[in-house]
Amino acid sequence: MTLDTNLEHITSEAQYHEIINNNKNVMICCGRMGPMCVPVYADMEELRNEYSKIKFYDMLFDLPDAHVIRNLPECRGFMGLPFTVYYKNGKVVKATSSIQMRDQLTEILDENFS
Amino acid sequence: MEEIYDIIILGGGPAGLTAGIYLSRAKVKTLVLNVGVIGGQMSLTHEIANYPGVPNISGYMLSRTMQKQAESFGCKVISNAKITSYKLAGELKYVELAGKGTFSAKAVIIASGGKSRELNVPGEKEFAGRGVSYCATCDGDFFQDKEIIVVGGGNSALEEAVALTQYASKVTIVHEFDYFQAHKKAVEEATNHPKIDFILNSTVSAFYGSQSLEKVTVKNLKTGEDTETKIDGVFIFIGYVPQTQLFKDVVKLSDRDEIIVNNQMMTNIKGVFAAGDCIEKRYRQITTAVADGTVAALNAIEFIQK
Repeated sequence: MTLDTNLEHITSEAQYHEIINNNKNVMICCGRMGPMCVPVYADMEELRNEYSKIKFYDMLFDLPDAHVIRNLPECRGFMGLPFTVYYKNGKVVKATSSIQMRDQLTEILDENFS
Repeated sequence: MEEIYDIIILGGGPAGLTAGIYLSRAKVKTLVLNVGVIGGQMSLTHEIANYPGVPNISGYMLSRTMQKQAESFGCKVISNAKITSYKLAGELKYVELAGKGTFSAKAVIIASGGKSRELNVPGEKEFAGRGVSYCATCDGDFFQDKEIIVVGGGNSALEEAVALTQYASKVTIVHEFDYFQAHKKAVEEATNHPKIDFILNSTVSAFYGSQSLEKVTVKNLKTGEDTETKIDGVFIFIGYVPQTQLFKDVVKLSDRDEIIVNNQMMTNIKGVFAAGDCIEKRYRQITTAVADGTVAALNAIEFIQK
């Protein structure tokens, strides 16, 4: 099962590590096809055209390998989908829980990846 | 540079996209400007089972299909548009977008929709996604065997409270009145449920915690008494507010901030129509928004061809 989005999907733990370790700036949205997740995917699909130096991915929250995101210390206390995590040089620089508006996403991208 | 259209639609939910479909198919040069994600509230609906002719579809897919349908007839759609200024009075209407220039048209259809009402109390924003939720289907399973509060007394609140009992050990419904606005069946199901309790004439007035939500203040609206309660999660279902703030000084609004239209869907300004959840009406459904969009579009065509 994958997410019905036009983003590139992360489907395994190995792929996840390869992506965050081999790309300088990465944004991953880990969720389902629910009402709070879909708007974030839709914004990411558009933002990838505006932020060419950032790699945008999604990951299905219910995949067993999604524990790499579910169990991040930065996601402790999160109780709302999606979990959206931002990485710079393989390290988490920001993580958010639940829906984020486009302005909130661009603020995080500009602050951490400009 | 100014781009000229026959009609500009402000909003890309079911009302706006339907108007886009009808106008474009009638060879009217049409632009849909959406301030958020295409589909509006519809795109946030997990499963739609009452849209005639479509047995079951996600709001996301129905939104995409409506957009594609409008675009297939030549309608231009711009999403995430930021309106910096507009002028609706006069024969030609103007809308200026940040970074995208000015657009003009002979008529405008406002279909700006609505959004979930928030409590707007201390801690609500801080704990959104950390115990405060507006979506039971999204976040319910984070509350397995936990105690939660549902705020509200309408259909959504009572139905979602019952749905949340499959996860939570206890659900307390906090409602501002001593009666419910929900339909009889929903009230019966909630009141007869062994896991559901009620605190009436009350509201949640503050949220507290550290990493995640730990407790709330429940205020009794009759006595003014505040009670602090330990809680793992709070789901808020207190209806919708029309997104009309941008137009409040220009078009006539009701005392509930809904745009007032006549039976042609025209506002108090000539050539400015409105449709969908942003107008004054009783029932807010995808089907009623689609109907409004159709009526607004057909009347707008007649208006610009006069």
